[in-house]
Amino acid sequence: MPQSPERGWLRRLLVFVAFVLLILVVWEGLKFIGGDPWRGDGWEWHPPIRIWFASDLLLPHVWDIFGALANPVQRGSDQSLAQFLVGAAFYTWREAAIGFVLGALIGITLAAAFVHSKLLERAFVPYVIASQTIPIVALAPMIVFAFGPSVVSVVIIATYLTFFPVTIAMIRGLRSPDPRALELMRSYAASRWSVFWKLRMPASLPYLFTALKISATASIVGAIVGEGPGGIPDGLGRAIVNFNTQYITGPEKLWATILASAILGIAFFGIVRVAEIVTLRSRGMRPEAA
Amino acid sequence: MTDEPGTTASVVRISGVDKQFTAGGRVVTTALSGIDLEIRRGEFVSLIGPSGCGKSTLLRLIGDLTTPSRGSVEVNGKPAHSARLGREYGMVFQAPVLFEWRTVEDNVKLPLELLGVPRAEREERAREMLHLVELDDFSRHHPYQLSGGMQQRVAIARALALQPAILLMDEPFGALDEMTRERMNGEVLRIWQQTGTTIVFVTHSIPEAVFLSTRVVVMSARPGRITKVVDVQLPHPRNDDTREDPRYFEVVTEVREALRAGGGLGGPAGLASEERLAAEGGIG
Amino acid sequence: MTAAAPSVGVPLPPRPGRAARLGQRFVYYLPAIAVFVGVIGLWELAIRAFDVRAVIVPAPSAIGAALVDNWDAGRWPLFAAARTTLFEAVGGLVIGTTIGLVVAFAVARWANARDAVLPVAVAANAIPIIAIAPIFNAWFGTTNPLSKMMIAALLVFFPVMINVTRGLTQVDPAALELMRSYAASEWAILRKVRVPNALPFFLTALKVATTLSLIGAIVGEYFGGASGVIGRVVVQSASALRFDVTWAAILLGAASGIAFYLIVVALERWLIPWHASVRGEETG
Repeated sequence: MPQSPERGWLRRLLVFVAFVLLILVVWEGLKFIGGDPWRGDGWEWHPPIRIWFASDLLLPHVWDIFGALANPVQRGSDQSLAQFLVGAAFYTWREAAIGFVLGALIGITLAAAFVHSKLLERAFVPYVIASQTIPIVALAPMIVFAFGPSVVSVVIIATYLTFFPVTIAMIRGLRSPDPRALELMRSYAASRWSVFWKLRMPASLPYLFTALKISATASIVGAIVGEGPGGIPDGLGRAIVNFNTQYITGPEKLWATILASAILGIAFFGIVRVAEIVTLRSRGMRPEAA
Repeated sequence: MTDEPGTTASVVRISGVDKQFTAGGRVVTTALSGIDLEIRRGEFVSLIGPSGCGKSTLLRLIGDLTTPSRGSVEVNGKPAHSARLGREYGMVFQAPVLFEWRTVEDNVKLPLELLGVPRAEREERAREMLHLVELDDFSRHHPYQLSGGMQQRVAIARALALQPAILLMDEPFGALDEMTRERMNGEVLRIWQQTGTTIVFVTHSIPEAVFLSTRVVVMSARPGRITKVVDVQLPHPRNDDTREDPRYFEVVTEVREALRAGGGLGGPAGLASEERLAAEGGIG
Repeated sequence: MTAAAPSVGVPLPPRPGRAARLGQRFVYYLPAIAVFVGVIGLWELAIRAFDVRAVIVPAPSAIGAALVDNWDAGRWPLFAAARTTLFEAVGGLVIGTTIGLVVAFAVARWANARDAVLPVAVAANAIPIIAIAPIFNAWFGTTNPLSKMMIAALLVFFPVMINVTRGLTQVDPAALELMRSYAASEWAILRKVRVPNALPFFLTALKVATTLSLIGAIVGEYFGGASGVIGRVVVQSASALRFDVTWAAILLGAASGIAFYLIVVALERWLIPWHASVRGEETG
């Protein structure tokens, strides 16, 4: 018999934590073996060999990175790095989230239109598919150049990155019901609208969430890439560019920013995942195992 | 094809077999109880019984895909495990289980590859087997291009590729429509007579069991026991005329009554066992 | 695992001739072509008619001109830039795919590893990995193409590893049982069942990976790199307000992505013509 779902997630969380700890051990372990000398109160450790990327510049100590979070973000500033990053992350997330929601709505609407009109589908779906093949994220700075360095640009980027996967997934999802179920609806002379809301939409929810999970990450990535090279003053992208320029004077700050980005990505993904579980469970559907 | 007891070798000998399924140390279901059965060379034996009676489990015990909780299963005079390692039987399941990335020909060659048979011989055997199931023209096709009945014929050809002494078939025609099924019945009988393989056949269908077999083993509802073994005295070769022979109907009736007695067709014993099945969470 | 074709044992009808098929394709894509032509035309007209300061969003004709003029001359030779960026992307694709395959095979082999690693990999995919781009520039050298390759490789690694692991382990249990009935070794099962099963999964991942590798290369270049690459051309031409060149560079990047993708599609058609998705059927 499979484990009950409750025990399942705890186990997976523990495994995840174990993995993180493993990474930390390997990180410091490499520095122990081949990094720069370690110095503490009255003791020193000189690593026996030289691993080129394990120096304190290229791979700061984990505690230094966390330590930098408490320090001021710039010399003389009264805001700590942690506060700064939280603010930047929230700024980035807000742009991405607005675009995410917009993109999802557009995607669902488009998919509904395509499912009901063969002509529209044949005219536009090839572009929807083609867009999957072009490195849209790489175009993000272009949007910022075109529409100016503001929230609007990044919202546009996130919308764009979301609505393509959502459209494709929804087309599949809206078409997924068993033909016999569709016939059943027809035998009740149900209107197309009823069929859509009572049959197609519910059936497409699992597909929708699969796409949304991907889009959540994509919109964060798009936001960061748009911000950085695009020149938006706030947000994680700008922080990355700045701390990159100042890398030599403080490598921990860039690493801390990367950590903040990772947490943001996982958090957003987690929110969508929780929404998925809640929505699907309440309808008696089983959400896929991540 | 004579059946003189004592002179014809026993291919399968099942003695005192119980099979229980456990979960965490606790017995959850008793699938089989006290099974004794002997199958002789060249026989065509059907196992029939209600859902959950353990007939598929019994077949898998013979094939060493699972082991008995008590008792022993011998195939060709040795334990079933050795027989499987010696590749002494072929299996056909309800789903054809063909590899969609291989052509029909390559699917039939699979067991030959696993045994390390040299290439030239593989070619020849595969061709022979496809000829036997009358699918010569489709050797280069892929499974998706074939109908369900044709896919099952490929599965049969594959099962016979190593010329096993015994062929195990688990409701192979269950997914086919009635007419295709009757045609496949004829095919299996023809193959049986041409190759002389011993066949153990699991089915849900009383007419199919009687039409095909030399003996029909009727099993009871769970826990599965052998209610009755019916000798089918109809002559060979069997064909459509056989299905209209009054003696055929007599045997069918005999089997049906044995099933009912064992709780297979409703009635108090059957209903009780169905309810028990539902309470346990479905068919085992 | 195998789905039956609707016809009852009749081979598929012959496909229409080459010219007829091309004609069919053309008619099918006509609406999409119309949309493309329409959009480009409207764009051009709008810029001309409204005399828009075409600085940021140049007319298609201006972009076309910039593409031609700067192909291999001027401050930003586009062809050379595209070639170098593509080189970085391909390099990253190869590295990431290789490591992804090795890890996938290792993880699939040990079931415990798989239960641990797969969820972690899926979670890691939620991280904006691109944020590591500046670090890799620092590690491998900003002007060294290897730094961009490593970013691309990291992006490519995850989908390849996840999909191949799934492909190697999500095998039809009936097929595994079939192999067990032949007493096949784990190695034989890997070669004959798991690897062919994993091929469609791998190619799906490859389609995603091609786009990701280009993203990795170009975005990596945004954060710093040698001059003659698409990312640098975009940034430099934009800051010089030569947006026609910027768009031309982007166009090349997009075209590379499409070409890359089409190569994988062709690869698919060659390697797995039997798969439902390649046959053009509606898959789940």
